[in-house]
Amino acid sequence: MRQSRGVEITVGLFMAIGLVALFFLAMQVSNLADLSDSEGYHITAHFDNIGGLKVKAPVTMAGVTVGRVTAIDYDKETYEAVVSMTISSHYDRIPEDSFAKIFTAGLLGEKYIGLDPGGSDLFLEEGGRISMTQSSLVLEEIIGQFLFSKAQEADSGG
Amino acid sequence: MTRQLARLGRAGIQSIERLGRGHLLLLNLLAGLADLALRPTLLIKQLYAVGVLSVAIVTVSGLFVGMVLSLQGYYILSRFGAEETLGVMVAASLVRELGPVVSALLFAGRAGSALTAEIGLMKATEQLAGLEMMAVNPVKRILTPRFFAGFLSMPLLAAMFSAIGVLGGYFVGVGLLGVDGGAYWSQMQANIDLHEDIFNGVIKSFVFGWVCTWIALFQGYDCLPTSEGVSRATTRTVVHSAFAVLGLDFVLTALMFGN
Repeated sequence: MRQSRGVEITVGLFMAIGLVALFFLAMQVSNLADLSDSEGYHITAHFDNIGGLKVKAPVTMAGVTVGRVTAIDYDKETYEAVVSMTISSHYDRIPEDSFAKIFTAGLLGEKYIGLDPGGSDLFLEEGGRISMTQSSLVLEEIIGQFLFSKAQEADSGG
Repeated sequence: MTRQLARLGRAGIQSIERLGRGHLLLLNLLAGLADLALRPTLLIKQLYAVGVLSVAIVTVSGLFVGMVLSLQGYYILSRFGAEETLGVMVAASLVRELGPVVSALLFAGRAGSALTAEIGLMKATEQLAGLEMMAVNPVKRILTPRFFAGFLSMPLLAAMFSAIGVLGGYFVGVGLLGVDGGAYWSQMQANIDLHEDIFNGVIKSFVFGWVCTWIALFQGYDCLPTSEGVSRATTRTVVHSAFAVLGLDFVLTALMFGN
């Protein structure tokens, strides 16, 4: 009886440690803490070019993550990309005339959306749409333009 | 010519028969679940033998795997000036692949071979036949508790492996190599997804626990009741488990992360 009690205690300890390890992975290693995206409202924005933006990319205001990209579609009428976002209901005071830009984290990092607040007294609500957008910077285009202007400089200078 | 064909045919029929016996055994194992619920002490004893006794090897290996990952990852990542992503690399490879796979391989070597040898010896010394004579179903009484003990311990062991590995990576990366500790955790938390990475890893380890314990029990139950038969069955357990784990890992990875 005594021995089986010792076995029971060690097994209990084993299961507890295993569950603690799982809990540690869930809380400390994963993004569970900032994943509360189940609550929130949905807005869309149209971009000319989204570059490498991906679903689940963060939506930030002043550098703080306020939501995530939930879907990316293509509007075949206007030839634009339609980006759907879920904004946490906690952040319900985003002016209607805010400006949405696609940024890159670091030079080669992931794309994310940055929102610049506008001055309107009306705030974005469920189903709202951001009309002012700036597309992603495509590195090849910039390099191309830079080389082109350099070449022109060289032509006119020489 | 015909003799060769007959030999090939016999080999094919035998392996299909073995596959059939294995699945019949699995059905009987699952059928014993109701009886197991009435006698939880049997399960607890086996959890001790299968799970608790494997903790030491799994945690020590996890620690070293995490430390090596961190060391190797640092040398590659520092060339690109991306040491901050060390935590992501260590955690992603541990949680997605190495945690479930390596702990399953260790589990097959540590617990699976012991299970096969134990069951095989019980068969060789006619203890299983003796139980049957006393109208006790040996599958329900002996094998089912071991099966569920393996199935339940495997995810816990894999979680311990990954958690210890992440900490080991932290000690080497932050403690020895001078990566920023805040970046290690924050990059990890920003890039590891609870569902996509951690839950899928747990599903993998459940599958591996199921398959490894099933193979071990079947090899023991199906072995020739001689000392040579038991030793060959034990070897087969480790070899088949390793194949099954690595093959299934590819299939599961393709299904989970393939799109």
